[in-house]
Amino acid sequence: MPAPIFDTLQQELVPTSGPAVVSHGVLVFVLTPAELLPTARRLRDAFGFDVFLDVTAVDWLGQVPRFEVVHHFYSTRHTLRVRLKTRVAEADPGVDSLLPLYGSAAFMERECHDMYGIRFHGNADLRPILLYEGFVGHPLRKDYSKTHEQPLVPYRN
Amino acid sequence: MYARTIPIVPAVRSGQGSKDASFEYLTTRKDELIGWARKFSIFPYPFVTACCAMEFMAVSASPYDTDRFGAALPRFSPRQADLLMVVGTVTHKQAPVLLRVYEQMCEPKWVMAFGVCATSGGFYQNYAALPGIDRVIPVDIYIPGCPPRPEMVIDGIMQLQDRIARSSHPILTKDF
Amino acid sequence: MNRPAMDTPPVSPIRNPVRSIFETTQRDDSVIVSIGPSHPATHGTVQIIAELDGERVLRTDVHCGYLHRGFEKECEDHTWHNLIPYVDRLNYVSALINDFAYCGAVETLMDVQITPRCRYLRTLLSEYSRLVDHLTCLAAGLMELGAMTAFLYLVMVRDFMYEHLAALTGARVTYTYGRIGGLARDLPEGWLVRMEEILKQYEEFIARVHALVDRNRIFIDRMRNVGVISTANALSYGYTGVILRSTGVPRDLRRDTPYLAYAELDFDIPVGIMGDNYDRYFVRMREMDESVYMMRQLSEILQSPAAAGPINVDDRRCTFPDKPLVYTEIESLINHFKLVMDGPVVPAGEVYLAHEAPNGELGFYLVSTGGGVPYKVHCRAPSFVHMGGVHLMLNGGQLADIVPTFGSINMIGGECDR
Repeated sequence: MPAPIFDTLQQELVPTSGPAVVSHGVLVFVLTPAELLPTARRLRDAFGFDVFLDVTAVDWLGQVPRFEVVHHFYSTRHTLRVRLKTRVAEADPGVDSLLPLYGSAAFMERECHDMYGIRFHGNADLRPILLYEGFVGHPLRKDYSKTHEQPLVPYRN
Repeated sequence: MYARTIPIVPAVRSGQGSKDASFEYLTTRKDELIGWARKFSIFPYPFVTACCAMEFMAVSASPYDTDRFGAALPRFSPRQADLLMVVGTVTHKQAPVLLRVYEQMCEPKWVMAFGVCATSGGFYQNYAALPGIDRVIPVDIYIPGCPPRPEMVIDGIMQLQDRIARSSHPILTKDF
Repeated sequence: MNRPAMDTPPVSPIRNPVRSIFETTQRDDSVIVSIGPSHPATHGTVQIIAELDGERVLRTDVHCGYLHRGFEKECEDHTWHNLIPYVDRLNYVSALINDFAYCGAVETLMDVQITPRCRYLRTLLSEYSRLVDHLTCLAAGLMELGAMTAFLYLVMVRDFMYEHLAALTGARVTYTYGRIGGLARDLPEGWLVRMEEILKQYEEFIARVHALVDRNRIFIDRMRNVGVISTANALSYGYTGVILRSTGVPRDLRRDTPYLAYAELDFDIPVGIMGDNYDRYFVRMREMDESVYMMRQLSEILQSPAAAGPINVDDRRCTFPDKPLVYTEIESLINHFKLVMDGPVVPAGEVYLAHEAPNGELGFYLVSTGGGVPYKVHCRAPSFVHMGGVHLMLNGGQLADIVPTFGSINMIGGECDR
């Protein structure tokens, strides 16, 4: 059952890669990094997507560009979700921060940076949040070994 | 690391008079008295992190009561506690905190590893979780389970009480 | 004084795991303290570095992550089926909801329709888990305020529920009961009868807690107008669930985007007035009553012909064949072998599915490249997002208000730090 707002969005917000598709009930946009912040701003202001749910990344090791940054939004008015996907290269994995739009971006972008090393331009506070000071590397990248520990306290035995 | 609670080893003496025997008798009785007092007035420091906290709450509440064992009153200051109950997973980020809390506790102190994550890291064998708290602090009793049933926790507390009762409680330690 | 110098112990070389965003005080008469992470009020895993002017909190820096156990990395090493125990331990107070949200997401990606009986039973158990979660949150919150009696009442009822769920699933706290395509086993005899007994006892105990706490002068003074968050801030900082509803916004995924059997049930959405601690307490109390009402409706449905049938969908891609068949038929043997060794094969794609957890929107974002092992399993944890805005509720309040405010947010470490 296609929601009318999805049709509106598919017609009005058309990124360079083509119109959005509906995947399992969520409207998915594939954007370039430059389109991310303006699209998010339009979604919030013009279409009522007032809750920023989540930002995470997927490490497509071996593909170029390597990382795919995924944002999810929810509209309390339309009770529908939207996904924005952006590809960034390994050499400079950076996207614009959504901190000017949503306060929840602060912690979520810190986590994405912690786990994948994605830089968020505009978020000055990218301290480790789930990991600790002194942790080298980004564990959720596919080339980080799962059992590579970096203990803070030297082991007794 | 020197042992914090020294097990009683029967002294091998040859041909000594009854004076040494009566001294031994008095120190044994003193140890038993102090052991009895200490085992029934355990002040736990609940170093609570994860899911085992649910069973810790359950074992402290009415259906399975740790108050029957004198081990209910938690002391949230390590200076006032003598049993460090590490309940739940300790991660590498939390390990310095655990070590600091342990070092702040005064002798005599005991450590209980509550749950498999505290015992061995559980099924989190990865970059983040400490594979067992005995990598950073000495542990007296391990309670496995994910999370352990309250009966297992009580069994663990009783075994720890036996250990406290059987050990030697010197009044003057070598640090004085 | 000729006292020999004591051996100074070596300075501990242990590094500080966090770096605070403020090192120096803004004013010369304020002090910076670190609350936690090993602190009863912060549930053992959150550190609040606060600048205090006497008892008043000027600004806070909240650090979570002390329980980061590498859930996502572990999931990439296990099959879709084998990682269900890890999913359980995310929000460990309402573990069944995590199971069902994850299994629902995988089923969506695999295009598997669960049976009606499974749907009703999952709904019933989701509401049961919601009861357990709210009971735990209120019990801990009230105990931290000093109301030990209410804690003992609520934990006693919760213990009956734990034993009851152990009769069904085998475990008290973390159940690993959800399966892709269904559930681990069907209801035993007399389970619904016992459930009704527990619900009656629940009502009796909750009446006592209401009597002790609701109009208690001390409770009201400590909770009213404390930890206030406005609707605009709540939406901006990603608050969902009880906290958003306590500000007056009647948004609930069970009503807005119905999943499982919620579309067939009759229930209300309690909302608060001003988004303070008292509102969150009362919204939780009322939500528990609504959950009980839903559970009674579902209990009737489960005993009716509408919910007759198998508990697992008859789909070889995800459902394990019956053991007698595995031992006698070669096809079932191979099916079982493939499901165990390779895992259920999930077609390539991605899905985001969210359920209404007691804390808010619990979402699972799964990425599959075909095969039995996930490429990525991401959990959108409500507690983690809520931690991002907790400083709004703490700044400007008293030091003692941190305790009830933090308790009313129901930060669950396993979910917050994953």
